[in-house]
Amino acid sequence: MSTPLVELKDIVKTFGSVIALNGVSTSVDQGQVLCLLGDNGAGKSTLIKTLSGVHTPTSGQIHIEGQAVTFRSPRDAQRYGIATVHQHLSIQPLMSVTRNFFMGREPVGNKIFGALGLIRHKHADQTARDEMLKMGIDIRDPNQVVGTMSGGERQVLAIARAIYFGARVLILDEPTAALGVKQAGVVLKYIAQVRAKGLAVVFITHNVHHAYPVADKFTILKRGQSYGTFMKSDVSREDVLAMMAGKEELEALEAELEEFSRADQARAAGKDSSLEATAAAEHAIAEGLHQEVSSLKGKSP
Amino acid sequence: MGLALFLHEGRLTYTHNYVSEFLTKLAGKDIRLATSRASRDERVQQLGFWNRLLSRPEFGALAGALLVFVMFSVFAWDADSGVSGFLRLRAISTWLKFSAEIGIIAIGATLLMIGGEFDLSVGSIIGFASLIVLTPIVVYGWAPWLAILLTLALAVAMGWLNGTLVNSTGLPSFIVTLAFLYIYRGITLVTTRAFTGGATRVDIQALVGEPNVHGINVPNVDAARALIRGDWLAQVFYPQSSILVDGVTWQPAGQIFSTPRLMLWLSQLGIIPNNERRILDAATGVRTAVSLPVVDGIPIAVGWWIALAILAIIILQRSQLGNWIYGTGGHTESARNMGVPTNRVKIILFMGTAVCATVLSIIQVFETGSSEVLRGQLKEFEAIIVAVIGGTLLTGGYGTIRGAFWGALIYGMISRGVEIVRWMPNDWFRIFLGVGLLAAVIFNTYIRKRATEAKG
Repeated sequence: MSTPLVELKDIVKTFGSVIALNGVSTSVDQGQVLCLLGDNGAGKSTLIKTLSGVHTPTSGQIHIEGQAVTFRSPRDAQRYGIATVHQHLSIQPLMSVTRNFFMGREPVGNKIFGALGLIRHKHADQTARDEMLKMGIDIRDPNQVVGTMSGGERQVLAIARAIYFGARVLILDEPTAALGVKQAGVVLKYIAQVRAKGLAVVFITHNVHHAYPVADKFTILKRGQSYGTFMKSDVSREDVLAMMAGKEELEALEAELEEFSRADQARAAGKDSSLEATAAAEHAIAEGLHQEVSSLKGKSP
Repeated sequence: MGLALFLHEGRLTYTHNYVSEFLTKLAGKDIRLATSRASRDERVQQLGFWNRLLSRPEFGALAGALLVFVMFSVFAWDADSGVSGFLRLRAISTWLKFSAEIGIIAIGATLLMIGGEFDLSVGSIIGFASLIVLTPIVVYGWAPWLAILLTLALAVAMGWLNGTLVNSTGLPSFIVTLAFLYIYRGITLVTTRAFTGGATRVDIQALVGEPNVHGINVPNVDAARALIRGDWLAQVFYPQSSILVDGVTWQPAGQIFSTPRLMLWLSQLGIIPNNERRILDAATGVRTAVSLPVVDGIPIAVGWWIALAILAIIILQRSQLGNWIYGTGGHTESARNMGVPTNRVKIILFMGTAVCATVLSIIQVFETGSSEVLRGQLKEFEAIIVAVIGGTLLTGGYGTIRGAFWGALIYGMISRGVEIVRWMPNDWFRIFLGVGLLAAVIFNTYIRKRATEAKG
């Protein structure tokens, strides 16, 4: 078996007394999309920040092509070709496409003056336009403000930028979370395109319906621990959903929903006794809450 | 009826196209693009055109400057002479100088605001720097250039301190620099009192203001000029020339190099008016009447203003640092994630505001021959007002130096204009400024909304 491009081994990250990650391992290879699934608070963000150099793991190792590496800053990670596209934080809406594209890595003509060197604007505009065109988006004016672009296009800009600057691993932090159905579809299409270019993609989401069509591999996180890593061929969409949400919790939720529908029926049936129906609905809600509480109690000692 | 309607509609459409085409040309960007879009979707064309015109942050300030200029030119119309008092050379020179003085500090303030921070200590730095540059010269007899270099170095240090504190504490710069507004003003007061034995003003006269050989008490302004005559660095901040006119030595000071000669030449050609002035000959102490141009030249502050503005425009629009400034102000964390050294950028920007304030302070010290404890008061807010009128967002990440340039011109024209227009009470100035600020902020907020609204 060949060594994977990126491998995380037993990553532990604690913040004071809080254990955010408790021994998570996974890996991703070239031309592969790894989906990191998990509910809010499962540790997805912490894991991604560790991989992108924002956090240093408390223990555990990151291997790139079999070699152990340590990232002290996002710049270190970038040097190894790990690029992160953050949910909100990577694109500045009030700046132009070109300025965003080259943020922090501006093509400077003369290096003598350091940061006072002048940007080669023509070259920069042309590059930004060409790279966006490669992703299938025709921006007529690279000096247009990014704020005029749609949410999906902004994500694509961030992706195109990462690819242009030599990313080998692309981390996409909830790229579809704030998008509508159509825009999310656009982004998914580009994820597939990036994979076809031979990059490794780490796709973070809590939406199984977005994850399943593009993923090759799933790692499911739960309460700071890895629930397991599965190849797509081995699991169905429903399996993934069930694992992600947890079987007991889903059952509790179903029971709760049933109570609601029963209350609805009661209300529909008893037109004359609307007060009674309200009481029944309230009862059902209370029962649902009670069930939830008890299930939570049962889980955490 | 139908025909009339048709004609009417046809004419309307024609007018609309003509006007929008003209304005698109004004907006100055790729007209062909707009027309090719028009063939596809008429709504897109309209949106593109307005966005283009309105998304230039300095558009409002330029329009405002034109409006104020026309307004005061009309208000100050003098029926007797047939010339507007606002457009007389003397008046122009005065309001240009005023604009330049606020413009110099507004350049630093605008860059800093685009970088997402404020500096409220600017005004106090002006007062403090005036003390630092004057005291060594007056009290210890330093060469002016050495005192100037010391002051500029101190300005860099003060900027560094502001920036470092903002970075390390994570407090809003508003609070940190507000503290320094009081601290620097306090230091200035304490030190000035210590040096003068209780006064709130250091005069060059204290050293060289003794009666001269002819028993004439030289006014401190002339003393200041005598003190810095021949000093290479002081001449950059306050140039002096000696021109022989009708056998009398005319010594204009505080103008851009060689512009007094230019004015003299123009007046001799009859292009600009002359007036009779009594010139004091420093050697003999005798005053002689000479015909001189009504203005001595272009005030040196205007030269600094334009030079600093050009430098700032190049840095902001063309250089790598400029991109970093926009990025840092737009979203610090995002810029940092992209590898921008945001802390360093902020420190550099704070240094910039302090240096701009110091440049103005040095010019004013040599102009007035004194350092005053209260000099520069409220300048910090006026600089922010100018930046905001110029289209810079209070939240950072958006704005231009060009806008601040027009903003400073608006400020200067209003502040002097209300004095020139006789029937307009002086006190109106602050009302104008406040209303202008409010209008600018509302306009800017509207612009930003437009700019950040997604199409899809």
